[in-house]
Amino acid sequence: MTDARRSLGIAAAATLATLVVLAAAAPLIAAAMGHDITEADLLQRYEPPSLAHPLGTDELGRDVLLRLLYGGRISLTVGIVAAIMAASIGTVVGLLAGYFGGRLDTMLMRVTDGVIALPLLPLLIVLAAVDLGELGLPPAIAESERVSLYRIILITALVGWTTVARLVRGTTLSLKSRDFVRAAAALGAGHVRIMAVHILPNAASPIIVATTLAVGQIILFESVLSFLGLGIQPPLPSWGNMLTNAQEVIWEAPLLAFYPGVLILITVSACNLLGDAIQEWLDPRAVVRR
Amino acid sequence: MIRYLAERIVQGLVVVAIMSFVIYGLIGLMPGDPVDLMISANPQLTTEDAERLRRIHGLDRPIWERYAAWATSALQGDFGYSRTFARPVLEVLGPRLANTAALMLGAFAVALMIGLPAGIYAASRPGSIADTLVNLASFVSISVPTFWLALMMIILFAVTLGWLPASGLPTGPAGFWEHVRHLILPVATLAIVEAGAYVRYMRAAMIEALRHDYVRTARAKGASRTRTILGHALRNALVPVVTVMALSFGGLFSGALVTETMFAYPGMGKLIFDSIMGNDYNLALVALLFATILTLVGNLIADLAYVALDPRIGLGTGPGTERAR
Repeated sequence: MTDARRSLGIAAAATLATLVVLAAAAPLIAAAMGHDITEADLLQRYEPPSLAHPLGTDELGRDVLLRLLYGGRISLTVGIVAAIMAASIGTVVGLLAGYFGGRLDTMLMRVTDGVIALPLLPLLIVLAAVDLGELGLPPAIAESERVSLYRIILITALVGWTTVARLVRGTTLSLKSRDFVRAAAALGAGHVRIMAVHILPNAASPIIVATTLAVGQIILFESVLSFLGLGIQPPLPSWGNMLTNAQEVIWEAPLLAFYPGVLILITVSACNLLGDAIQEWLDPRAVVRR
Repeated sequence: MIRYLAERIVQGLVVVAIMSFVIYGLIGLMPGDPVDLMISANPQLTTEDAERLRRIHGLDRPIWERYAAWATSALQGDFGYSRTFARPVLEVLGPRLANTAALMLGAFAVALMIGLPAGIYAASRPGSIADTLVNLASFVSISVPTFWLALMMIILFAVTLGWLPASGLPTGPAGFWEHVRHLILPVATLAIVEAGAYVRYMRAAMIEALRHDYVRTARAKGASRTRTILGHALRNALVPVVTVMALSFGGLFSGALVTETMFAYPGMGKLIFDSIMGNDYNLALVALLFATILTLVGNLIADLAYVALDPRIGLGTGPGTERAR
């Protein structure tokens, strides 16, 4: 790995760590500043940056910095949780397909190819528009604001597992006939044990790389869905839905449209850079990204 | 070859059939049904009227029965009427498809013109300042949210500078150049978000190609660096690049959906979004299926291109078994 790439990777990791810490500390920062994110003050709309409001206030007089931090909590949570869920689904599918082979492999890989072939954003829009009440969820749950968070995590994980599934299947295929796996089987290890103890650890590096890259992709999907009004529902702030409001007041306050997008850009770039750096560090020859 | 093609087409049809059922089911799960919409449009409808309407339209029957009815008429070429346009679905779809094709082809061409030369240049000087800059730019391109980039383009070029129109296509009769002027911002937005991936593919493939012995041989025989890169390595580097490009078709379509929505550009993507938001079920269903078919065709082209360009690779047993991912 060249020095420039290494330092880029380290910078990306540091950026992500800073963002996560800041987002996690949002309530503390809010307390220290003496504001509340829901606190609206219609007499102080579109305030320029000041000591009380470092990035000014929005169209309802809410503190922009705090909303960005709380939005970051949501966007990062969605990205990280959904990426881990997607990686778990993909790992299970890939392990089963690669290890058992045969019909199960054919079937699982057909499904994987089918999902890869789908136009993802239109599909996500349909999934996000489904009325949970019609699925039999009680209205109290179906309409609570947290549900929009769980739903977006679930649907992005549902479409995001295919890359990991392919990678894990490939690794499993090449590992299952290796001597150490056959030795374990000869010593009486069961299928589950072989997959979990002998194969999975060797498939870890592609999984880690793909998951890091997926965090960025999922944050992009979350932001566009929230922007379109189908993801995270206000008053819960996310970087995507902050841009929905900002678009409407683009003439009065163009900067409101600037900040959330820059944060998305920085976060996603950092995930992509970090993913690439980890990949080069763990395995300079393998290529995970399609 | 023909057998392989037939197999793939049958597989694709199966995917389309499954998708049509899934989408049909999902659309049934969206808020409200056509009768609810009629009631909200005409408050004088009584509960009994609603019941009767549901019976007439078959909404009281189980979902698979309704799907079977839809599929039967769809196979006969009848896709129903669009609720919001009050015209047959296919009639609505046609012109939108042409607009989307113009947007996507334009963006694809621009992205190629930026992406391939930048990728080749960066690959020919790995580790240089130019390479690092190209690398960073491509990271920004693959990481920028499309809708936000569109927003920034509108703020900069339409609101602040006032150079270009912020939206869609010209209203009323307009000349060719007026059309082009309206297309500049949407095409540029989509091209910018696509180009980064092409740069990365091209750079990686070119670096890989330049490692080969035949490149060293060509250099040793006195061919210039430019000639080795363009005349010898490029042909081989293009094989994986063409494949991933065809595979990125689905992503291009997703990008077009966002771009069209942001610029109020009357294409397929905006149609899908509007029809879902406006409870225009027939239209949403067919438009989504169309998008699926287009993506499947893109994937098939990717596989065929891979085989056609690299004679060492035979046709696989299944889709994508030997794909360069």
